[in-house]
Amino acid sequence: MTGLMMKLGELGPLFPEILMTVFMLFVLLAGLVVKKKSIMAFLSILGAATVAYVIPISTGTAFDGMFVSDGYSMFFKYIFMMSIFFVALMSINYSAIDERHSGEYYSLMLLASIGMMLMASAGDLIVLYLGLELMSLSIYVLTGFLRHNQKSNEAALKYFLLGAFATAILLYGIAMIYGLTGTTNLKAVAEYIAKNGIAANPVMLLAVISITVAFLFKIAAVPFHMWAPDAYEGAPTPITAFMSIGPKAAAFAAFGRVFFEALDLAKTDWGAILIAVAILTIAVGNILAIAQTNIKRMLAYSSIAHAGYMLIGIIPGTKEGMDAMMIYMLIYAFMNMGAFAVVILLGREDIKSYGGLAKTHPFISAAMLVFMFSLTGIPPTAGFIGKFYLFMAAINAGYTWLVVIAVIFSVASAFYYLRIVVNMYMKEMKEEAAIAPSPSLSLVILITVLMVFIIGIMPSPFLNL
Amino acid sequence: MEDMILNNLSYPVLSITIFLPLAGALIILLLRNAGAIRWTAFLTTTATLIVSLPLYIHFDKTTYKMQFVESYPWIPEWNLNYTVGVDGISILFVFLSTLISILCVLVSWKSIQEKIKLFYMAILLIQTAMTGVFAAVDLFLFYIFWEAMLIPMFLLIGIWGSSNRVYAAVKFVLFTLAGSVLMLVGIIALYHAGGKTFNILELARVHYPFDLQIWLFLAFFAAFAVKVPMFPVHTWLPDAHTEAPTAGSVILAGILLKMGAYGFLRLSMPLFPDAVKTFFIPMLILSVIAIIYGAFVTMMQKDIKRLIAYSSVSHMGFVTLGIFSLNQTGMEGGILQMINHGIVTGALFMCIGIVYERTHTRLIEDYGGLARAMPIFTVFFTIFVLAGSGFPGMNYFIGEFLILSGAFKTSMLLGAVSILGIVLGAAYMSWLYYRIVLKKTNNAEMTDKLYDMNAREILMFAPLIILVFYIGVQPHVPLSYMQVSVEHLLERFNAGGQEITAVKGIVEVLK
Repeated sequence: MTGLMMKLGELGPLFPEILMTVFMLFVLLAGLVVKKKSIMAFLSILGAATVAYVIPISTGTAFDGMFVSDGYSMFFKYIFMMSIFFVALMSINYSAIDERHSGEYYSLMLLASIGMMLMASAGDLIVLYLGLELMSLSIYVLTGFLRHNQKSNEAALKYFLLGAFATAILLYGIAMIYGLTGTTNLKAVAEYIAKNGIAANPVMLLAVISITVAFLFKIAAVPFHMWAPDAYEGAPTPITAFMSIGPKAAAFAAFGRVFFEALDLAKTDWGAILIAVAILTIAVGNILAIAQTNIKRMLAYSSIAHAGYMLIGIIPGTKEGMDAMMIYMLIYAFMNMGAFAVVILLGREDIKSYGGLAKTHPFISAAMLVFMFSLTGIPPTAGFIGKFYLFMAAINAGYTWLVVIAVIFSVASAFYYLRIVVNMYMKEMKEEAAIAPSPSLSLVILITVLMVFIIGIMPSPFLNL
Repeated sequence: MEDMILNNLSYPVLSITIFLPLAGALIILLLRNAGAIRWTAFLTTTATLIVSLPLYIHFDKTTYKMQFVESYPWIPEWNLNYTVGVDGISILFVFLSTLISILCVLVSWKSIQEKIKLFYMAILLIQTAMTGVFAAVDLFLFYIFWEAMLIPMFLLIGIWGSSNRVYAAVKFVLFTLAGSVLMLVGIIALYHAGGKTFNILELARVHYPFDLQIWLFLAFFAAFAVKVPMFPVHTWLPDAHTEAPTAGSVILAGILLKMGAYGFLRLSMPLFPDAVKTFFIPMLILSVIAIIYGAFVTMMQKDIKRLIAYSSVSHMGFVTLGIFSLNQTGMEGGILQMINHGIVTGALFMCIGIVYERTHTRLIEDYGGLARAMPIFTVFFTIFVLAGSGFPGMNYFIGEFLILSGAFKTSMLLGAVSILGIVLGAAYMSWLYYRIVLKKTNNAEMTDKLYDMNAREILMFAPLIILVFYIGVQPHVPLSYMQVSVEHLLERFNAGGQEITAVKGIVEVLK
């Protein structure tokens, strides 16, 4: 009896995840009775807010270090809760999602977030795998949520097939690590590697490559990015926004923990891979984005490029670099959510159809202008602070040449981000379309614009998170 | 802190000068009426000038130190402070920025009829950014203002420009951004090498290894050369100047081009003296190419605005020639000539704006006989054309004279070649004058549209006319502001670092 109580007491660090599961089940059940998106959205936001509230009071480790809740995981969990908040609001006015299915839709979103939270807190490769699968499967379904839309179906299938491959490769890597070290616990793996000096073992190298590939797939780094443009384009737009933040942040969280806690000694292996991948990702993402005519595809390629920038934070292997990467993730979440909110509000995907919008919709256009300049990284927006911090960490670690390559491609990125601004402000209107006002989307845009400026001008409080 | 004198006025004069226009822009955001917007913009810019006047009155000309300094912690995690201040080099540019902004509001009074709110907000935001660039003592702050300028300038050219405006606007942004991101890398590298600080004065106390200096100089050079613009990265300038609305051209010519040359003075010289000593010969040669090449290209232009734009390439060549002469006369001449160029070229763009508003053509061949149709305009135009060709008694003469005598001290050959630029300058200016003012025209359609300047237009030229003659006759007044600072800059420049013998050899040959 006391043993059981002790086990229950150990659940403290898991409290946010448990609470989120309760909310998820509640939303799913409520969805049977209530067929209203706004109520489901409210419940989801309530869940996210409650969980966000309990996150800081539930630190510690559970299950003999399999589950770790610390400052690091806390930061990412806040990003997950924030993206739920934004995406829940954005989905209310997204007409393609049927009111009848709102229960499933929102509960899947919450389920995905539980997977992400597990990934951020994984102290064991098995927990990591569980979290990744939970997240991925929920998002595959969400991607194909528009059942009667061919593109949505194709996107889901493509994402699922390629994603299943990636997960298999991850599992393969985990198996090899287990074979080498006899444990899946991250700390124990690190100790074993240090004690037996197997960091340069070829099987170790293979394991590191497998795990790296799986993560790179999840963050859509080149050459594992093929799924992203199709999945982004086909998925319901709020889910595209969700995909560009949530899974990416979760993958980065796991990335950091696995590499720094378990595989720190094998840094020569993964460091070299990541440098090549980062350069490729930034280059390919930015160059292919220029050629896009559909704004969701453009944002997909832009998201690929931004993942490349974030990799620059991991490469030096310093705390400063990790901090910079985390701040960049947060900033990227705000500016990208904002941009997607504008896309949903305007309800059009062809870049040319943005012509002349500044005349009829000055405030939405101004917001989009802010997001575009922030994504380019021009001060005084948050995007600049994010890039600046990343570059500062990389140069401090001696990767100046890498930063030079990164900044040159960020000039190329100005070209396609500016094209949106050019269309809105400097072109004539092509098609007059009534845009339904939406308080929930307006709220998202307002919050994100404010945050982009606040972080851009007063980044201090955020650097201490 | 020993190089700084804190602000001793009863109010934070520099911060107000920088941010009052921003406040004005926020007020305009709330207004709806076009007249109210125009007046708010006008009153804001005028109030900014009035607020900034104590700067010039209480400026201590006997010290090289940064004055009116305000410093507050901003991002303590990065040891980053909001620090603003002015010394003898920057104070005149602060003045020029506040003055030019008023004129930009006035010159657009009638010509801008679309998206008025956004237009005046853009002008005021640009004013904040450009004043900030000249007042920043912190490198990070400098960069923020430097880049923040891009957004409103991009809109200014792209929305209110003429037919090819989108191309010009995008080209402007891409060129400038390509240069300044390299400077950003340089700034971060400098931060790590100079003891984790962004303060320009503290960074200047460190002597950097020669190799690092070379790389940093090149990184900053990329940004400054594009802005000046130096040959061969000048190609954005004719497009941007020509397509921009009059106010945009005036800001570009009057202030924006100066930011590059100012960067050389404020950052390159004190921070990388050894690199400057290595590279000054190529810099001088690039300057001379810009002078001569720019002048020839100017001569061939068919579009009045493009002609003035190209003349800026030539005139900015003189500025960099003076600065890289690396002696007191040349540098003072360079700084003075930047002010002069801002005044005269700004005025010439305004003149073109005035006739363009009436005729909606910029082709030289469409014009002729303006002397008869617009006598008052002709008087003003004559003065600025004469000033621009370096007529004695007016401001250009002083600047060019100082630059050339400085250049001669460094290199007889380059000095002699660049004199040709003055001759060519007089030629294209007088030829332009002949073709549009004096030549007889049969183009009745055009002459019918012409009417002379009104009171507003005369009023906006008045301060420029006064400055043209004032600097021309009393050059010691502006020079007295910068003298001590330039002296100090050169003193430190010559004291620091080793002599580079190979370069000395080349200098001997050129002499």
